[in-house]
Amino acid sequence: MATIRFERRIAAAADTVWGLIAPPERISEWFPGIVSCRVDGRTRVITLASGIEMPEEILTIDPLIRRFQYQITAPIYRFHRGTIDVIALGESDCLCVYSTDSDPDVLALVIGGGTYGALKEIERLALASKGA
Amino acid sequence: MGRKILFITTDQQRYDTLGCNGGVLSRTPVVDRLAAEGVRFTRCQPTSVVCMPSRASMLTGQFPTRHGAWMNGVPLAVDAPSVAAELHDHGYRTALIGKAHFEPFLDPFGRFAENSLASLGIPTIEQPWFDGRRGPHRGFDHLEFATHGAVGPLHYAKWLQQHHPEALGGFFPVLDGDLNVSAEGGGDSGAPQVKLNNIPRDWYHTDWVADRTISWLNSVDPADDWFCWMSFPDPHHPWDPPASEVGRVNWRDVDLPENYPTTAEEREALLDQKARHWRLWYDGKLVSNYEAPHKWVPASLTADQVREVNALNAVEVELIDEAIGRVLAAIEARGWTDDVDIIFTTDHGEFQGDFGLLFKGPYHVDSLMRLPLIWRPAPSAGVAPGVVSAPVNLVSLASTFLEVAGLPPTPWVEGAALPVSDADAASRGMTSSITEWDSALFGVDVHVRSVVTSEYLYTEYLPGTVHDGSEGELYVLADDPLQRVNRFGDAQYASVREELHAQIADHVTRPGLPEHLEPVVAPV
Repeated sequence: MATIRFERRIAAAADTVWGLIAPPERISEWFPGIVSCRVDGRTRVITLASGIEMPEEILTIDPLIRRFQYQITAPIYRFHRGTIDVIALGESDCLCVYSTDSDPDVLALVIGGGTYGALKEIERLALASKGA
Repeated sequence: MGRKILFITTDQQRYDTLGCNGGVLSRTPVVDRLAAEGVRFTRCQPTSVVCMPSRASMLTGQFPTRHGAWMNGVPLAVDAPSVAAELHDHGYRTALIGKAHFEPFLDPFGRFAENSLASLGIPTIEQPWFDGRRGPHRGFDHLEFATHGAVGPLHYAKWLQQHHPEALGGFFPVLDGDLNVSAEGGGDSGAPQVKLNNIPRDWYHTDWVADRTISWLNSVDPADDWFCWMSFPDPHHPWDPPASEVGRVNWRDVDLPENYPTTAEEREALLDQKARHWRLWYDGKLVSNYEAPHKWVPASLTADQVREVNALNAVEVELIDEAIGRVLAAIEARGWTDDVDIIFTTDHGEFQGDFGLLFKGPYHVDSLMRLPLIWRPAPSAGVAPGVVSAPVNLVSLASTFLEVAGLPPTPWVEGAALPVSDADAASRGMTSSITEWDSALFGVDVHVRSVVTSEYLYTEYLPGTVHDGSEGELYVLADDPLQRVNRFGDAQYASVREELHAQIADHVTRPGLPEHLEPVVAPV
């Protein structure tokens, strides 16, 4: 099992950032390389720019602690857990933490590497939305 | 009309695999002739002993700590400086054909241009440049990519999938089911990453790279200046050359390398003199980097496996030499030979049995650090053939290309142009060369800095999870060319250590380094 964790401090309200993350269908707006997704109840299927489709199960959408948690259920994973936490630091200041736990280990890097870019995009969208 | 540049790279090729460098296993008459007609360097180092950082240094003329692709899996920023962009800006046609690897291969999200160009079906893509303008990707107006097999989204794989799908299964599957570099054994000896590949020679990536290079050269206007980076994926593992060619070298007749310790006792005694991660890796207790098979224990390597790997490696080297010969013939047919500079090198070396090891990692010895480098200046330039024994570094390539093109050095290059003789090197104070290593993978981080002079190879291990900052290695090259006796703790060499440490300290604290380096975002 391997863990990759990236975090980004974003100069926007936690609720603004959470508003990008909580709706499961919005992932294709901010995760680089996810070109579309379908959501059906607790199931989300993402389509990657390479054409690969990956099924996911949504485990947690908790608006009180602003936590979104999901697992990729594709058979290549023996275990996967993606966790996004948005922690308020001030009125217009929050910390967004994106963790990837995976077995096999290497897949943590493959997905986790994408989460680094995702946090940058989340920041960009949150700041743009603030500006608007 | 200026001088044209054919830049030839291979991947993971040792210095001693060329006939002109004393190699006896593979026949390399084409490269040997280039060496005889040009300048042969006997002590060239990479900036890093893994692919991405080293290749990024060739393109940018910067060390990894400056260009930012500090380990495999960290992409070179798309707007990093590029010598190809500089040449493109001055009217050169620019192409890169074969293995680039400035961006990670393992990219299911399709985030990197290198992995999407073949699908897009366009020769290049417009991207931001380092100076704020936009232009072709990294300055290349033609890109066709290949790597070590037939899986994935690159041009060679797609070509093979489309035209010769029956050949796909011939290649060694580089990754295992967990996406680690596979430790699977094959061939007659069970050596890791060895497979008999039934692909016809014409379809193998070495010939494909040469074919595509010739095709591109034939598309260039006779009066155009051009810079063509022809980049062969071999002889990097897996060792799976076309089966039809394997008979060139019978592995059972191959001598063991001079630096292969034949008994476990000798091997372990040698490794125990070095910094602690050498022995930990050998015993299967530490995996510090992704590039060597995760599940392979070096202590299990047998003499026959070394022989078979070296035989197959030699076959791959011969195929490359013959492919280069075809490209040179095409250049001759265009009437360009007198005006073409040819530079041949590789990104880093390979153990191939030295110290009882295979593959590569944070091990700064000649096996991985002493590289073949040959520069055959355009005959019209009138440069006298010769041999340069002064230490040089691949970081000098970008400046060399600019000099060949008649352009001044740019402010962003860290290496001066290559010397054409030892006297030239001495007059410009080129007396040492630095190699860096940084890696951080699943809780293990290793940081290494080495300096090579004509007399010494000196290495310091910076604090990490394996080293506490007190370890190092010092080899006296004249007395110990195989780097078997570590003098780091020898009081007799205290002043040498001090002087070489100062050179590393100057390098580490040089101005212009970025405050922040991007993280690893892929395994390789």
